[in-house]
Amino acid sequence: MASSEQLASDATPVTETVGAPNLASPSQAPMSEGSNSKRRPKRGVPEGLWLRCPGCAAVIFRNESEKRLNTCPECDHHFYVSASQRIQQVLDEGTFEEWDAHLMPTDPLHFKDQKAYAERLVAEQQRTGLSDAAITGGGMIRARRVAIGVTDSAFIMGSMGSVVGERLVRLIERATTEHLPLIIISGSGGGARMHEGILSLMQMAKVSAALARYDSAGGLFISVLTNPTMGGVAASFASLGDVIFAEPKALIGFAGPRTIKATIRIELPKGFQTSEFLVEHGFVDRIVPRAKLKSEIARTIDYCGW
Amino acid sequence: MATQDSPASGLAFEQPIYDLEVRIRELEQAGNKSAQTEDQLRSLRRELAEVTRKVYSELSPWEMVQVARHKDRPYTRDYLNLAFEEFVELYGDRRFGDDRAILTGFAKLDQYKVMVVGHQKGRTYKERSACYFGCAHPEGYRKALLKMRMAAKYKLPVICFIDTPGAYPGVGAEERGQSQAIAENMYEMSRLDTPIICVVIGEGGSGGALGIGVGDRVAILEHAYYSVISPEGCAGILWKSGAHAEKAAEALRFTSKDLLEFGIVDTVLEEPLGGAHRDHHRMAARLKMFLIKTLRELAQKPSAELLEGRYQKFRQIGVFLETPVV
Ligand SMILES: [Zn+2]
Repeated sequence: MASSEQLASDATPVTETVGAPNLASPSQAPMSEGSNSKRRPKRGVPEGLWLRCPGCAAVIFRNESEKRLNTCPECDHHFYVSASQRIQQVLDEGTFEEWDAHLMPTDPLHFKDQKAYAERLVAEQQRTGLSDAAITGGGMIRARRVAIGVTDSAFIMGSMGSVVGERLVRLIERATTEHLPLIIISGSGGGARMHEGILSLMQMAKVSAALARYDSAGGLFISVLTNPTMGGVAASFASLGDVIFAEPKALIGFAGPRTIKATIRIELPKGFQTSEFLVEHGFVDRIVPRAKLKSEIARTIDYCGW
Repeated sequence: MATQDSPASGLAFEQPIYDLEVRIRELEQAGNKSAQTEDQLRSLRRELAEVTRKVYSELSPWEMVQVARHKDRPYTRDYLNLAFEEFVELYGDRRFGDDRAILTGFAKLDQYKVMVVGHQKGRTYKERSACYFGCAHPEGYRKALLKMRMAAKYKLPVICFIDTPGAYPGVGAEERGQSQAIAENMYEMSRLDTPIICVVIGEGGSGGALGIGVGDRVAILEHAYYSVISPEGCAGILWKSGAHAEKAAEALRFTSKDLLEFGIVDTVLEEPLGGAHRDHHRMAARLKMFLIKTLRELAQKPSAELLEGRYQKFRQIGVFLETPVV
């Protein structure tokens, strides 16, 4: 269920930024290290002011892109946005109230690969300023109160371990009791987090079960898929929305393209596992560009009479 | 078989067991046994039992994976033959096709009528390729859900046998919504109004296993494993090479003992000496006893209590720190 292979894939539309490692989805996957050399700033280009767009290769002003909610002014390529930026983009200003921030990850398996998980957690927390890969809370969208959760692909690939699972379940349970529309925006290339082993896998069942109760209580769940949404996250809450939106050209799937290529030994079709591919095959309701996300969510809530 | 130099199982750690088995067979085959030969046989058999017990009590997680994947290990179909009185297979998902990687159908177990859903790996090469070595496609998960819903409608308990390396990673599987199929199964199984018993009989391969893995009781066979990712896959990502699978197997803590400790499974079913592949009948008999006992227990629960128990069972899984809010 952990699905980090796709990180290394050429097919991954990873954000490539010049001199701004924090804006790019800064994957910790060892296999992606090889591509770091490409991200070095060009001589003479001041660090941080410019970005190279991986969609159209144009060099663009960071300011310009930020004004457009981190999309490319030339080709509308959607760059990575952090969970907190995302919350700012979607919620009415100043309305977010974070829930369950006091839950902290730990290392139940004493897991150690080339690096100890306990150390990896500290390093990721320092690098991203997040305590784990999901932020949850309440807020307003066009004056409608909602429960919202966002996963951040910068924190260990946005993967789901115990804290992500628990925060989401508490969010869903609170949305159930307070009768709130629920919005979860996924950006998780890592699926279920390997470092917490079977406990991570079981978060898929735990979150899905909470969503089933929310559904039985008549809840409205809007799932928003962003680049990338893979593995155990795709195969649980992300696919269970009453309405499922996807940002344009996001990588969305179960198995990583690299795994699939290694298994079936054929070239993958063009556009495989993109948002557009999922629409074509009937698994996403609408592609929603970032600039329209807030209004589309509000409209859906309206239609469903909430 | 006796002429081979390596264990028929292909498991290197079984070599001491195999060597003794060869010696015993040779003595047994000799005509006209003297009293001395009989004595020797008796002591060799005793030694065999001891050696087998020792080897199997010291299995490393990686060796456990080899046992769980053993080609002679009993599969769903074997348990259907050995533990159940009848199996009436029901095919197809009524949407796309019939996935041979998951068997579904009515079955009789003692006095109980049940619905069985189980991964099937296939014994011969032909069977194995027909069911993709037990790796299900979305239609397999949808078939499972369709039959489970039907079972709930008529109050038949559901028994799931989990034995898969993982859900199939392929173009067709992605086109037909592998993620959505697995997600929907967990979602619906969590509120399916009939008792569900899940048993990991071999490989509990990640989401492919969990897609038929949400139940009131989850049990695992002693040498089976249940993991978030295969040891090879984990090694490929975190150690950059599948060759480190042994290390990954240690790190992932996926043996039956670990799973009991983490509260993931309720019961570990002891395997016959030397693994289930050595004695299908005995394993099937133990499994049958467990299933009957558990069915009896669950049948007494009112449905609200059953569903609340199932929800809480998964709800409490997870380890994190909760610092007091100031
Ligand atoms: Zn561009």
